[in-house]
This record gives sequence, C-alpha cells and structure tokens, in this order.
Amino acid sequence: MTTAERTEAERGTGPADDLTPLAVPAARAAGCPFDPAPGVERARREEPVTRATLWDGSTCWLVTRHEDVRAVLGDPRFSAEAARPGFPFLTAGGRVLATSKPTFIRQDDPEHARLRRMLTADFMVKKVEAMRPEVQRLADDLLDRMTAGRDAADLVAEFALPLPSLVICLLLGVPYDDHAFFQERSRLLLSLRSTPEEVRTAQDDLHHYLCGLAEAKRREPDDGIVSRLVARGELDDEEVSSMGRLLLIAGHETTANMTALSTLALLRNPAQLERLRAEPSLIKGAVEELLRYLTIVHNGLPRVATEDVTLGGRTIRAGEGVLCTLNSANRDEDVFPGGDALDVGRDARRHVAFGFGVHQCLGQPLARVELQIAVETLLRRLPGLRLDIPFEDVPFRHDMGIYGVHALPVAW
Amino acid sequence: MRVHVDQEKCCGAGSCVLSAPEVFDQREEDGIVVLLDAEPPAGLHDAVHEAVAICPAAAISVEQVERVERV
Repeated sequence: MTTAERTEAERGTGPADDLTPLAVPAARAAGCPFDPAPGVERARREEPVTRATLWDGSTCWLVTRHEDVRAVLGDPRFSAEAARPGFPFLTAGGRVLATSKPTFIRQDDPEHARLRRMLTADFMVKKVEAMRPEVQRLADDLLDRMTAGRDAADLVAEFALPLPSLVICLLLGVPYDDHAFFQERSRLLLSLRSTPEEVRTAQDDLHHYLCGLAEAKRREPDDGIVSRLVARGELDDEEVSSMGRLLLIAGHETTANMTALSTLALLRNPAQLERLRAEPSLIKGAVEELLRYLTIVHNGLPRVATEDVTLGGRTIRAGEGVLCTLNSANRDEDVFPGGDALDVGRDARRHVAFGFGVHQCLGQPLARVELQIAVETLLRRLPGLRLDIPFEDVPFRHDMGIYGVHALPVAW
Repeated sequence: MRVHVDQEKCCGAGSCVLSAPEVFDQREEDGIVVLLDAEPPAGLHDAVHEAVAICPAAAISVEQVERVERV
C-alpha cells in the first residue's frame, strides 16, 4: 500500500503538511512492539522535521531521518544543556533533575570534554576487550544458576539485568550486594510515570550513597573508577557522585534491556535465530543489527538550538527544542533498505543506537562486548530456549525512558 | 589515501578501532584516537571510509593522494 492509499484514520492526525504536532512520548502500535511509534514513522516519510507536543503541552521539533539526526547531534549549535530555556523534557522528573548540577551528558564542550576525558580510558576498546574472559565467566555463572534444576525462569531478573550490573559494579568499585538499592532508584529515575518527588528522592538517595562510597574510597582506595576519580583530586564529592551515578545507571539499564529485548526479537524471528546459531561468527554484526532494529532509547535525544538553523527545509529558531528520534533514524530506508526487518547478516554499523556527536555513548565498547557474550552464550547453551508466556502478555516498557521488557519468562 | 585524525575533536568512542584496527588505535591514558597508518594500503580503504562515516565526532578525514612518480 502506498502512502497515498492510506486512509485518513491510518494516517493519524491529518494531512502531513498541516503541522499538526505529534504527541511525544508516543505509544507504539499494538502488535508491533519492536517498531517506532507509527506517527514517527509517518513523519519520517512525509515531513521529516516536524512539530511535536510533549507531555506538558510544550512543543519542540522532532527530527526523524538518519541524515538529519546525525546533523543535529553532530552540530555544536544544538546544545545538550538542560538548563537552557527551550530544552525539551520528556518527563516531569527530567525537569526536576535539570535543577541540580548536571553530569557531562547535559553539558557542552569544553566542560563536557574535560569531564568525559576523565573516563574515556576506562572504556577504550582494548581495555574492554581484555574483560571478555571475566564477562564470559559471569555470564556462564548466571546461566549455571538460572538453569540448575529448573526449566523456566525470568530472563531479565536472572540473566539480562545481573550481568551488566555485576560488570559495572566491578568497574566502578560499587559493592554488587547493593544492587537492589541502586536498581530500584534507577527504575524510578527512568520511569516516565515517576512523580517529581519520587525522582528527587531517588536522586538524593543515589547521591548520598555515592558520596558515601567516594568517602570510603578516599580512606581505602581500590582500582575502581570511583576510587580513581577521587584520587585525581580535581573533582569534589558531588561531581564524583554525579559521574558515578551516570555510569551506574547507564551501565546496567541499557545493556540489560538490550539483552532481554534482543533475545525476544530473535525468538520472534526464528529464521534469524537459527542463522545466528548456525553461524556464530555473525555475532558481532548481529549485535549491531539488534542495536539498530531495537534502539532502546525510544523517545529520542533532546537538544536545544542556540542559533537559527535550517534543517530539512524548516528553520529551527534559537531557543527551540529538538528531539532526535534514534529509532526512526535507524529504520530510515535511505540508509537501511528493508529496515523494518531484522536481518542478522546486514551491515548495520551506521546505526545511531548509541547516539551521535561528541555525546555518543562512552560505554559502547563495553555494551558491545557484553551483548555479544550474552546473546552468543544464551543461544549456545540453551538450544531449546523459548518464550514461556503468550507474546501478547510480555510486559513491554512503554512507561520507561529506556525501552525493553520488565520481565521475560522463558523456558528451555 | 591519506588519513588525518583530529585528537582535539575525538571523543574516544572507539568506533574507528573496531572498523579498522590496523589504522586506528587509542591512547592508553585517555582513549583518544591514535593514527597507526596514515597511508593505509588499498585493501583497508573501505574500512577507513567506514570509520570516517561512523566517527561520531567527525575527527577523521581522508584525502585521495595522487601517486607521484619519483624522479
């Protein structure tokens, strides 16, 4: 069916050129939980730079094409500073967080670069590749425990979430015994439903926890990242705490959801799953394709224009907010032909699942190693892996800033 | 092909190392790009172009250089 043949109802809010704003965050279509929201897909085809209405009634620009998303995220005229007027917030909680001292993901260069460069060595490719045996051992231990005497479990609780949590705890020097504490606070910070009070409390809890940890590392240093940040002497405890919180949350929530969602996507695409089982050497490319296809940052990356910029035939004025929808960019047919299909043999390396520009995910080499090991190990060790509930009953994270599933009951 | 890197622009994401490890590496102390081979052989040109395309900070550029016969 061509676009022209679509009925008005299917097209949604009306003709493409009327600038009727899309609502963001937007619900994904029932039955297509891996696909971007239909309104976003339609915008990319018909009006790639369009208006969107946010939860609080404010409006911003929605940028949906691969080329335009890269252009915005790579352009210093679009600021990542949440304190600037016009910055688009996706939740009430996000607005609350913007009132406290920002981490470097909400700062622009040169301050962003100064702080980020304190961490880049910890996530460089060689260093992370050297962690493979340890990540593999952790993955095997978790699967040993999950499968011992049982033939069913929640893959999120027993494998997808603990694996990256254990790894980031090791890297940071955070005791894994505290995982229930920081996972619960992370969930509150990332939930689109949290009240501003819940967000502030969760933020304060994590802040106090990490300040305490920084103090402990000052007394008893180890070789974790928190300890080394303290030892540099350039940052006060609040800054160490903010960086630690960012790494802790980004380090476990994202990879956990990619692992669970990747497993589900492969189970729903048995031909792709069998191909990957038959050709394990495809794993690196398959992980890139899963990153592209699933794109768990599902409501887009926010920026605010600091100058008037023309993009996709529209003029974005200084002070206007922009959301770059990564999941739409990653389905852009101009870059990924047949992009709505999962194809583990595809060259998907140009995806923007980790963002783009100087803010692109710092931990991506680690995420890649974890995902390659998690998916390969699961498929190899559990040849009978299957979903243990009807697909319609899978609890997708429509309510979270990071997409995925709240639980994934599987059997083997 | 002549490859240039801009260490000031580099944000240390490491994607170039994954694309073309024969051409790019990262500095031990801060993960910033290091150029291993400024004139890589033809067999690596596709990988270098890929690295240019995916570099998030636009820190890598290439120029085509004419082979000049030495006299």
